[in-house]
Amino acid sequence: MKYISEFRNGHLAQMLAQKIQQTVEFDRHYALMEFCGGHTHAIHRYGLPTLLPHNIELIHGPGCPVCILPIARIDYAIALSHLPNIILCSYGDMLRVPGSDQYSLLKARAKGADVRMVYSIDDALTLARHNPTKEVIFFAIGFETTTPPTAVALLQAQQEKLKNFSVFCNHVLTPIAMQALLETEKNTDDSAVALDGFIGPSHVSIIIGSDAYKSVAEKYRKPVVIAGFEPLDVMQSILMLVKMVNQQQYGIQNQYTRAVTHKGSTKCLQFIAQTLELRDTFEWRGLGWMANSAMKIKKEFAEFDAELRFPLTIAEGKEHKACECSAILRGLKKPKDCKLFAIACTPENPLGSCMVSSEGACAAHYAYGRLSE
Amino acid sequence: MTIETFKAKPKISIKHGVVEMNHGAGGKAMHQLIEQLFLSAFDNEWLAQRNDQACFTVSNPRLVMTTDGHVISPLFFPGGDIGSLAVHGTLNDIAMAGATPLYLSAGFILEEGFPLRDLQKIVASMATAARDANVCIITGDTKVVEKGKGDGVFITTTGLGVIPENVRITHTILPGDKIIVNGFIGDHGIAVMSQRQNLQFNTHIVSDCASLHELTAMMLETVPTLHSLRDPTRGGLAGTLNEWAEQHQVGFCLNENAIPIRDAVRGACELLGLDPLYVANEGKLVVACAPADADTLLASMKAHPLGTNAAIIGEAIADPHHFVQMKTSFGGKRIVDWLAGDQLPRIC
Repeated sequence: MKYISEFRNGHLAQMLAQKIQQTVEFDRHYALMEFCGGHTHAIHRYGLPTLLPHNIELIHGPGCPVCILPIARIDYAIALSHLPNIILCSYGDMLRVPGSDQYSLLKARAKGADVRMVYSIDDALTLARHNPTKEVIFFAIGFETTTPPTAVALLQAQQEKLKNFSVFCNHVLTPIAMQALLETEKNTDDSAVALDGFIGPSHVSIIIGSDAYKSVAEKYRKPVVIAGFEPLDVMQSILMLVKMVNQQQYGIQNQYTRAVTHKGSTKCLQFIAQTLELRDTFEWRGLGWMANSAMKIKKEFAEFDAELRFPLTIAEGKEHKACECSAILRGLKKPKDCKLFAIACTPENPLGSCMVSSEGACAAHYAYGRLSE
Repeated sequence: MTIETFKAKPKISIKHGVVEMNHGAGGKAMHQLIEQLFLSAFDNEWLAQRNDQACFTVSNPRLVMTTDGHVISPLFFPGGDIGSLAVHGTLNDIAMAGATPLYLSAGFILEEGFPLRDLQKIVASMATAARDANVCIITGDTKVVEKGKGDGVFITTTGLGVIPENVRITHTILPGDKIIVNGFIGDHGIAVMSQRQNLQFNTHIVSDCASLHELTAMMLETVPTLHSLRDPTRGGLAGTLNEWAEQHQVGFCLNENAIPIRDAVRGACELLGLDPLYVANEGKLVVACAPADADTLLASMKAHPLGTNAAIIGEAIADPHHFVQMKTSFGGKRIVDWLAGDQLPRIC
């Protein structure tokens, strides 16, 4: 646990908390959005809100890969799993997310579909090699963090000439989502949704680099601090943001210098560029259809593209009527503003995607946040 | 007319044989399997009578009975296997009532095609675990299901025990009660997970699988009026405390720094995105006792090999919400809720 416990030191946390307390201007409100679900999780797991001054408000952003996937894509995956001779695999959280009519991949499995949880796409490749008579489909989701492994798997599948492996690609892009949020903010009169700054993505930034957010930060004149996922990282980033807000600075600062560079990982970006390209448009839960906001598999790898191999027509996804996930993902509402929260919608029986993943705003708030109320 | 009699008793080939449908059909093959594999391992006066049931008398009318089905995958893991687990698991449920376990029954559901070699290993480790615990497996049953309709072996054990005269567990938890665990949590779950097919990773962690009745007997000798005892198996420590909170209408406040967790378990959980508080244990107990008894009890636990790393991890509090909360080592506070579904690894 060396190199981790140092970033969870309670004594340093108290010192940082004091510093933040001294730095905030008491007549000012600081609305800071943590973009990533990983930050949401850390904030609640370590009880950070109880250490911060009252005028710092942390708003959960849309950076939870499970949460932003629209119902139609989940319905597509479920339909794939029910085709004959298929093994459909994905990361654990994805299996519980409800699609239309609260039907999920886990429920599909109970009805006989061969749905498997894997820890990485590499396990999916292994499954394909060991089951040559089955079609193995990997349900790929996530931001830029999980995209390089998908890219490498595509290259590997091509090299091995695997005939029974394909990817249902749902990789999405972070900076474009940040821009969409700020565009909504600009077009709304409601000052309640105004954001003073961003706690910027952690693992995503390792891949794409801190420069990737520069144009958004400058266009909308917002401060962004790239922050690590450990609780002290988050505390330090909040201090940096408070200082930037006080001095009316905007642009990018990097707290997570031990991992994030300006340009990101050239190697990873190269793998992505080799195998994937921008989609014209893609639907996000909460943010709607956004141009150039997701990746699809390049033509050269078409034989590994599950959407081309198993083309299906999926009706428009049906959200639960009272579910507020969309507004929560945009930071417009808080979990407790939803009528379903902790009553009809709980981690045991999630009605919306934000209640599924531990990174989802509702699940994190349910698990850790209720103490403060 | 002459009738030839054949007295030969053909030996089943344990080395190369597999479970076949006729091993469960009630005929000779089943008889041979029971004689040569089970009876020889469990060997005791009740089984020797070859009846479908066992008759016995007990000294004390305060009896405890429990049953537990074991379905673990993989069947063999560092520190144990389904056989030892099937003994320890049931004995621990008896021990948590403050009872001394006496007898076990064992029901086997075997899958066609399962290697007899592996079955023998499992039966041998059951026999050893029972013998070490001074308990006899006195009756049993074997069934065979078709290939694909089981997962190798399922074992259900039922246990019977007696509660000694002096034991007076109150079965009530009150605000102020101290909560103690007997050692490192999460070892079993992580040891098993390290062997799962899609997850194999190298670790020195072994399952804590053990029978706890000697430890509980010692604890009850020191403090006969313990408030409650439970073994935090599935659902982990968090699961047990949430069950207690609801059952006894109290809250709990834990101190994260005080909970014994091995660095290796912490590290594995960190990598897999799991929380050790929810990871299963098979040789751990949680006890609630009056605050005045806590130090004496802790000392007596530490004197037993299964309690060397025992620690007071928190206390019961009055809380209308019945929350289990924890002071984090970071200095904040959080709720330790029930586990929803299975623990799933985080994505990014």
